[in-house]
Amino acid sequence: MDEIDRRIINALQVGFPICDAPYQRVAGQLGLTEPALLERLQALLDNGTLSRFGPLYHAELMGGALTLAAVKAPPEHFDEVTDIINAFPEVAHNYARNHALTMWFVIATETPEQIRQTLSAIEQQTGLTVYNMPKINEYFVGLKLEA
Amino acid sequence: MTLDETDRAIMHATQAGLPLTPQPYQRIAEQLGLTAEIVMTRMTAMQEQGIIRRIGAVPNHYKLGYRFNGMTVWNVPDEVIDDLGQQVGKLEFVSHCYHRPRHLPEWPYNLFAMVHGKTQTDVDQQIRQISDLLGDANLGCEVLYSTKILKKTGFRSRG
Repeated sequence: MDEIDRRIINALQVGFPICDAPYQRVAGQLGLTEPALLERLQALLDNGTLSRFGPLYHAELMGGALTLAAVKAPPEHFDEVTDIINAFPEVAHNYARNHALTMWFVIATETPEQIRQTLSAIEQQTGLTVYNMPKINEYFVGLKLEA
Repeated sequence: MTLDETDRAIMHATQAGLPLTPQPYQRIAEQLGLTAEIVMTRMTAMQEQGIIRRIGAVPNHYKLGYRFNGMTVWNVPDEVIDDLGQQVGKLEFVSHCYHRPRHLPEWPYNLFAMVHGKTQTDVDQQIRQISDLLGDANLGCEVLYSTKILKKTGFRSRG
């Protein structure tokens, strides 16, 4: 990753225009040619520096439902619990964290009812209490990491 | 705010990403049998309504050197959480900030803020800054670091 890549990453985290030739416009702003920008973007996606590029949709406003939940997976059954929880297609992310609540996962479904069903299925299959922490209020969502 | 068939078709065609071709909206339009005009109008409208949060790049934190990604959780009185949550959300190093329910007695925390740093020192300083901002309203806090990504997929709507 060189200085040009950094500039591309920083600029594209802020936004991207909706117009006939958006890459050409952004390339112009960055002092690049359109083919150079497209080539670098492709490389940044291919090598995983960017995990995605495109519109980011607001799940709840699209009619979907989301929640964050956690369980106290005991160390001796950690892998087993991981497998059970990850097997649910509704589980979008799952992280191990350094806390008594060892496993934190995000559930995304089309309806709130499916969230409840997924949570109870996870409780049933793992035998663990699921701590459901749906958002009550959103103060900020937006990520800008200086490259 | 309602999404119709056309909006949903555009959403499905773009949620994996925008085509890397000189005229990406034209490309999407061709796939869907629409005009580029319509695709651009609908996407602009969805962005204005907040259905599209933004169009842009999502970097992998670790690849940019942000190895310390902490979920900071705070116990803040309910009466002041909206005011303070908005202030914490405005700090430039906070990527997500939410009010979530407590699970008493074991989980007294109701304010969640994700912070990101390249060093532990950076993150410690960010946590101190949040703590200073909350002042007396900070009744307790913990910082949870992810020790392993167990699963990570994009959000996909099948609706």
